[in-house]
Amino acid sequence: MLERDERIRIMATASETCAVLPSADLQWLLDALSAKGYRVVGPIVREGSVVWETISSVSELPIGWRDQQEPGRYRLEQTGSQEIFGVVHGPQSLKPFIFAPREPLFQIKRSKDGFTTSPTLPQSEKVAVIGARACDLAGLVIQDRIFLNDTYRDPYYATRRDGLFVVAVNCTRSLQTCFCASMETGPRAKRGFDLALTEVDDRLLVEAGSEAGRDLLSNLSLSTGSEQLSAEAVTRIDACAGGQVRRLDHSRLPQALYDAHEHPRWDEVAGRCLACTNCTMVCPTCFCHTVEETLDLSRQQTAHARLWDSCFAQEHGYIHGKNIRPTIKDRYRMWLTHKLASWIDQFGTSGCVGCGRCITWCPVGIDLTEELPALLTPGTQPSITSQQLEGT
Amino acid sequence: MQAEADSMVNHYVIHPATIVEKIREAEDINTYRLQLVDEQTRQQFRFKAGQFNMVYLFGVGEVAISIVSDPDEPELLDHTIRAVGRTTKAIADLQPGETLGIRGPFGEGWPLEEAKGRNVVIVTGGLGCAPVVGAIEYIFRRRAQYGSVKILHGVKTPHDLLYRERFDAWRRHPDTEVLLTSDQPDKTWCYHVGVVTELFEQVSIDPAKSTVLMCGPEIMMRLGVPILMRRGIPATAIYVSLERHMECGIGLCGHCQMGPYFLCKDGPVMRYDRVEQWLGRTGV
Repeated sequence: MLERDERIRIMATASETCAVLPSADLQWLLDALSAKGYRVVGPIVREGSVVWETISSVSELPIGWRDQQEPGRYRLEQTGSQEIFGVVHGPQSLKPFIFAPREPLFQIKRSKDGFTTSPTLPQSEKVAVIGARACDLAGLVIQDRIFLNDTYRDPYYATRRDGLFVVAVNCTRSLQTCFCASMETGPRAKRGFDLALTEVDDRLLVEAGSEAGRDLLSNLSLSTGSEQLSAEAVTRIDACAGGQVRRLDHSRLPQALYDAHEHPRWDEVAGRCLACTNCTMVCPTCFCHTVEETLDLSRQQTAHARLWDSCFAQEHGYIHGKNIRPTIKDRYRMWLTHKLASWIDQFGTSGCVGCGRCITWCPVGIDLTEELPALLTPGTQPSITSQQLEGT
Repeated sequence: MQAEADSMVNHYVIHPATIVEKIREAEDINTYRLQLVDEQTRQQFRFKAGQFNMVYLFGVGEVAISIVSDPDEPELLDHTIRAVGRTTKAIADLQPGETLGIRGPFGEGWPLEEAKGRNVVIVTGGLGCAPVVGAIEYIFRRRAQYGSVKILHGVKTPHDLLYRERFDAWRRHPDTEVLLTSDQPDKTWCYHVGVVTELFEQVSIDPAKSTVLMCGPEIMMRLGVPILMRRGIPATAIYVSLERHMECGIGLCGHCQMGPYFLCKDGPVMRYDRVEQWLGRTGV
């Protein structure tokens, strides 16, 4: 991590990449993006949470709202302030924009030669997302590694990714469930963004992180940032990092978790886990998917679509005559071991970005920052096992 | 970018292939000789021994099946399929002239190039070892390029012994031993009685010059490999074929993971030292 003075200097002096936008003028940015042909997407309040939605006006953003997140609990509350980005995040990361929950892959039509296949690549679309957090960007970088830079390059992901413009927001407020500082992914956006905003009272410090971002910033003709404002932004981001109450010590991974394969804690956590798949659905990096084939009524044509899958699903580990992971214990162990350990061997990075969504959206509040240390502590017999619980 | 996306190889796309011949191997096992319909796709299709295709039946589903024919003749692709599940049972009803779909080839197969000049010990157990039949045929078509060949095959009952004629034919090759065993024999059984690992005692193996190929239930590998290693064969000379749920074939859908590996991409054949710590672990 750069020294504080260095970070302030970078923020303040690179005038072509850093500017100040009065919060009241954020609409300029939305309009500039629309003028460039982007569909602008931002967080809006819906059904007690925030979700991504197409917006045209700043007034649609959750101004004056804040989210409170705890294990198994998500609440929005009004603060009465003019704060625009007070809500840190909802259940969605950037994942749905690029790795679509349902992606039509191709259609097959019967013909005299048997059949013909036609791919159904998504229409290229320019989408600008406002309000992504550092953890979401870290998730994006990891998904890029998986879908674009592995042995095979996924054309569906690539098409969606190409049209994505990200306006990140540096966090100045941590949730109870955040632990990005210990994962070294936040709270400040490091890479993957086109523009990054830091909200300091009634001003937004704007930084560009890409050519497209610099281009847009130069169109806005904003006043350049001051060292004082940059210093204040850094102070708030640092305070946000320092205020995080959860952390994950990943220094002994992956091997320590591989070695914990027979730890009694797996039984204990399996007794609480419902295998509902929520954690994998809200995770910014989970990439498991399955292909669904739909035959039309004439039986002459089928449509194949890729759907998000989850390692908590019963069928995930199915092979003929056997299920490799029949119990919830097997599946929770698969998920956590993959996320925190084997992911490192596969992709050179942890699969966890510290966003805390799996903690918040778990109906029973299972907290991986609590499970990992327990699993890495030499085990004793648990007071109650999942087998005993299943027997009750 | 759109143009670039179009030019990218799309590994999900299924290519039609005609069933040229259907060869009955056993009551519920057939070998389907397939020819890709599209000429350009057919000419570009190349595979390595032991790789697999995803084989598709219109409107029913897709299964991962090894290509058992010779990689030097990629115009016709043999797939031996046992009718056990929904898709494979539906495939069993097809006749020559009908159409299947193919995606592939995927995965890493048997180390048949690396094994050239070495002795080969093939250990198989039970049904469903079609992948290794392709490897054996590959070796015998190039018999002079390999040292001694020992085939040790175990079945539960004599009824489970498929490819009886092939075993007899292999036995007639020079410098080749074929040993069979059944652990639940009947009166007709004239070979060894017991499990396949007991056959290790009946053959001499030069540990420094032998490559071992194993295919069968994981329990056979877990019990068999330590015996071979005690006889001085290094883990790096032992290869095992593993089975997991395979869907995409390109290491992307997540189902076929075993520890840090995606078996559809890194396997299904794995060098033993790489998977040693994962074999036998529950839920992996």
